[in-house]
Amino acid sequence: MYKLLKSDMLSVEAMIGIDPDSDGLARAKSEGIEVTHEGADWLLERADDFDIVFEATTAGVHRSYAPKYEQAGLRAIDLTPAKVGPNVVPVVNIEKAINRPNVNMITCGGQATVPIVAAVNDVADVPYAEIVSTVASKSAGPGTRQNIDEFTKTTSRALEEVGGAAVGKAIMVLNPAEPPIIMRNTVFCALAEGYDEEVVAKSIIDMVEQVQEYVPGYRLKSDPVFDQGPYQTPGGPASARVIALLEVEGAADYFPPYAGNLDIMTAAAARVGEAIADAHAEHTS
Amino acid sequence: MTDFRLTDSTLRDGSHALAHQFTENQVRAVVRGLDAAGVPVIEVSHGDGLGGSSFNYGFSHTDEKLLLKAAVDEATNAKIAVLMLPGIGIKEDLIDAADIGVEVARIATHCTEADISEQHIALAKDLGMETVGFLMMSHMIPPDELLEQAKLMDSYGADCVYVVDSAGAMTIDDARERVGLLKANLESQVGIHAHNNLSLAVANSIVALEEGVDQIDGCTTGLGAGAGNCPTEILVAALERSGVDTGVDPLSVMDVAEEVVRPLAPNQGVIDRDGLLLGYAGVYGSFLLHAKNAAERFGVDSKDILLELGRRRAVGGQEDMIIDVAIELERRAAETQASA
Repeated sequence: MYKLLKSDMLSVEAMIGIDPDSDGLARAKSEGIEVTHEGADWLLERADDFDIVFEATTAGVHRSYAPKYEQAGLRAIDLTPAKVGPNVVPVVNIEKAINRPNVNMITCGGQATVPIVAAVNDVADVPYAEIVSTVASKSAGPGTRQNIDEFTKTTSRALEEVGGAAVGKAIMVLNPAEPPIIMRNTVFCALAEGYDEEVVAKSIIDMVEQVQEYVPGYRLKSDPVFDQGPYQTPGGPASARVIALLEVEGAADYFPPYAGNLDIMTAAAARVGEAIADAHAEHTS
Repeated sequence: MTDFRLTDSTLRDGSHALAHQFTENQVRAVVRGLDAAGVPVIEVSHGDGLGGSSFNYGFSHTDEKLLLKAAVDEATNAKIAVLMLPGIGIKEDLIDAADIGVEVARIATHCTEADISEQHIALAKDLGMETVGFLMMSHMIPPDELLEQAKLMDSYGADCVYVVDSAGAMTIDDARERVGLLKANLESQVGIHAHNNLSLAVANSIVALEEGVDQIDGCTTGLGAGAGNCPTEILVAALERSGVDTGVDPLSVMDVAEEVVRPLAPNQGVIDRDGLLLGYAGVYGSFLLHAKNAAERFGVDSKDILLELGRRRAVGGQEDMIIDVAIELERRAAETQASA
């Protein structure tokens, strides 16, 4: 919500929940936003008043409502792992979001790591990409914790489909340390013969700057590290690998700064909403 | 009826010590020997569990599913077990293991994160496997908090919940309190998985037995992460001398250790400074070889890497943090040199 309130292109008109006593609804109300605890059915009745719905419920809820939103003419940006629409990472394939009734935001780890894989894949052949996403235990809600397989599988697929790796693998680690750790992501890309180290490093660094435009706390902890192989990877032999160590500090709009995982997800979703609004404005002007 | 049940993890935890390079023939030879010696459960997996083969943890020499098939094929009496860490492995890996004939699924989480194991424990039970909950780095939280986490695994349907001393950091009192408290309050069985960094693995296993522990882990020669595990052949010998019925023939298991496993890692059992530091600083044992490699790659001291990992309270699975720490130490050293 706070990300959307900052946007010049989007106007937040309603916050929909199911718990009348929820903190989120109370905060929305104090921002002067219309609130309801009557759930998505309320939205369907009032569908003509809105253009875009950002959904952060559960995969099950989103799957059952997605067709109804479409029928009602609402564009859905899905922050659950429901995978109804195409996977979108704003800096990689925002065009996929335009003119689709439904867009999926993958996972927080996907939003943090797919851009790097795509950056390497732009300038080299990536037979295999692997990511390790470590988040503070406190920033992983019960939904994520119970469905940790959803995270690893959805992210792995996005490394391939959006990042361009032939084979992808995602690992998630929860760290309970106090004070909570800032979200960390490590991206390993296998490099086939014929890559240029400087070009690969530059592509990664440029990509980090692009992501920083909507997630200011997204940063490389060091220059990309190159290791000479050979490696026998699940995607085939590789002569070397490049490692990017990333940290994502949240903007602390609502969640504490260590929860960069939640921040990058909401920031990416807001970015997609703006792109849809922008395309819509061009179309109608 | 023996006084406890032994699980040998040479072919899983020992995989760390060999950088996950076990071959099918080695697996067959170890399983054949342990099975004949009377070891009732033998664990086989990548060191970091099913799906662990990766850049982060090291690629397996041989696909673990081929190794599991070979192990199931060799075992006549022993059950074959697998380890699985939610977040690294996925449910499909458990289904594949069950199809191969694996009879015991051990689901591991960091000691504070038991709730991520609910679906995997339930699935393993549905697949008809005996199921173990494995609370890694159990030294990091007080006994009463460990009990709360163990109760979760118990409630998900685990047949046994393990106190796992992944860092080899537990003193004898640490082990006694944790096992005792779990034994007094769980419906499920209780197990102990000890590492030898402080040279206490056998002692901690024996004290756990005094508290009524139901299952104990060992590895022949101690082959395993960090300074190594509780050495199966030493545990069996010591317990037989104490009048405990282990169900395992001491002389046969000594032969397996000496003739089959010892040649793979002749120096296993030596607790060097890094190995000791893991236990002293409470650092995840599997980090050891990765820290030694990173120390060489970035020209820093492995000792400093391990101590820094301890300060940052890194948990199992965070092998990528080792590179991060090594780079930072390299940078710090360069800055000190520049300012000198």
